[in-house]
Amino acid sequence: MNHLPQAWGRPRDDVYGAYDASYLQTSGPKQATQQPIVTGTSVIAMKFNEGVVIAADNLASYGALARFTDVKRLRVFLDSSVVGFSGDVSDMQYLDRHLNELAIDEAYDLETAATKDTSKPSGKLNAANLHKYLQKVLYKRRSDFDPLWNQILVAGFDAASKPFLASVDLRGTAFTSPSLATGFGAALAQPIMRNYAATEEDAARLTREEAVNVVKDCMKVLFYRDARSLDKYSIAVVTKDGVELKENEQLERQSWAFAERIKGYGTQTV
Amino acid sequence: MAMFSQNPIMNGPSYSFNDAPKTNTPEGARQHRFDPYTDNGGSTLAIAGADFTIMAGDTRLTSGYSINSRYHPKVFKIGGTTADQKDATLVLSVVGFSADGEALKERLDTICKMYRYRHGKPMSVKACAQRLSTILYQKRFFPYYAYAILGGLDEEGKGAVYSYDPVGSYEREQCRTGGAAASLIMPFLDNQVNFKNQYEPGSGEGHALEERARRPLTRQEVEVLVKDAFDGAVERHIEVGDGLQMMVITKEGIEEILLPLKKD
Repeated sequence: MNHLPQAWGRPRDDVYGAYDASYLQTSGPKQATQQPIVTGTSVIAMKFNEGVVIAADNLASYGALARFTDVKRLRVFLDSSVVGFSGDVSDMQYLDRHLNELAIDEAYDLETAATKDTSKPSGKLNAANLHKYLQKVLYKRRSDFDPLWNQILVAGFDAASKPFLASVDLRGTAFTSPSLATGFGAALAQPIMRNYAATEEDAARLTREEAVNVVKDCMKVLFYRDARSLDKYSIAVVTKDGVELKENEQLERQSWAFAERIKGYGTQTV
Repeated sequence: MAMFSQNPIMNGPSYSFNDAPKTNTPEGARQHRFDPYTDNGGSTLAIAGADFTIMAGDTRLTSGYSINSRYHPKVFKIGGTTADQKDATLVLSVVGFSADGEALKERLDTICKMYRYRHGKPMSVKACAQRLSTILYQKRFFPYYAYAILGGLDEEGKGAVYSYDPVGSYEREQCRTGGAAASLIMPFLDNQVNFKNQYEPGSGEGHALEERARRPLTRQEVEVLVKDAFDGAVERHIEVGDGLQMMVITKEGIEEILLPLKKD
């Protein structure tokens, strides 16, 4: 009999054969996120003359199942920027906790800075800074083969106080554009938004009301055609005065009349 | 692997992005693995003249058939004293996977800035070129998937272009293109910059034919050449278009020119 402690409690070798210790190894490849589980669909946003409007619906899907119908995917950062998340919801919640910590640290720093010197410009993190930070976080995680499975839009203002809108995805790829949309919205909403804001100059001529209406129309188009979407959504408008976030909007004036004219699918015999 | 998509031997036909037919996959088997790379399309170009260098790139950023952005620069000033790069002397262009390209640019920029602070002078192109090769090779087994080109003026004031592969092999050249439309533009450059396949008319038959003598091109000629090269690429490659960004490096400094390209 083997009296060594390493053999205690194990099946006897002379009865069962040598134990395959590889089952117990913890030094194997690290299991990282290989796929998103609970997901949020498109986030859409566009710039206008004095700010940015951004929207996302309130659904978190579990595959094809509409699992959670009251999930807020727009988060406000330091009362001056809005972050819109699509993709994995747990990774979104991780990032949200992380950004809240960052915001608290920032608030302490700002308070101490404010008491010392009021003549200098505010060192508050703007949307451009926040976007760069998120890009670094996501790029680091993809380089570790442990990606945060999100595509994120950041809306707010840059250092020159110009409206700022940018995207970053799970690989750390970052870009800006007068209008942006993630997921299904890139195919459905982006062409509509580009009709109104193809260039920065076009966007700078748009009024707030026009931009909000275009984005609301796009949310409607997305609800018509995106099977993983919801008619309850959040919409935020970022201006110099701050963020106006509405989290329980309902799609208005839906018309499903077009559905009757769609022929050629399923059991129809035209 | 998309990294070798420009190499017919490694990958067969050159597919424009990760749409190549999957091989060696048994029926019904699906692999769920995170792919840390994508190809964001676009093209870059660099030509060295007698006393200038022109670096250029289109400004489109794609993923698959989608245009993510119509203005996403691929050509950057490197190693200025401050973030605005006002006194920069070097230009880097990167194309391929944009997140890696940006990470590479920021690392090289930091290194050039540190050099400047420590030595009180800007880094020479030659030194910077060697350093860039080292940075790329340090990630030999998880490469930056980016085709880099470094441009500037050498110690004698002549235009210098250094081109790289993703793992750091590099050489100094008269001209080079990188990225999606490299295979479309490079032969045009061979002919128009290095006068390849051009002969003196009536100089003889067969081996007696005399090659057209090479001469450095003027700045005006190169600017037109760059625009023509990109107009051609835009016509035949879907990942190239929107805008043409050019940086002209002379001893007076770096001039930036932005021209429109077709947006279709």
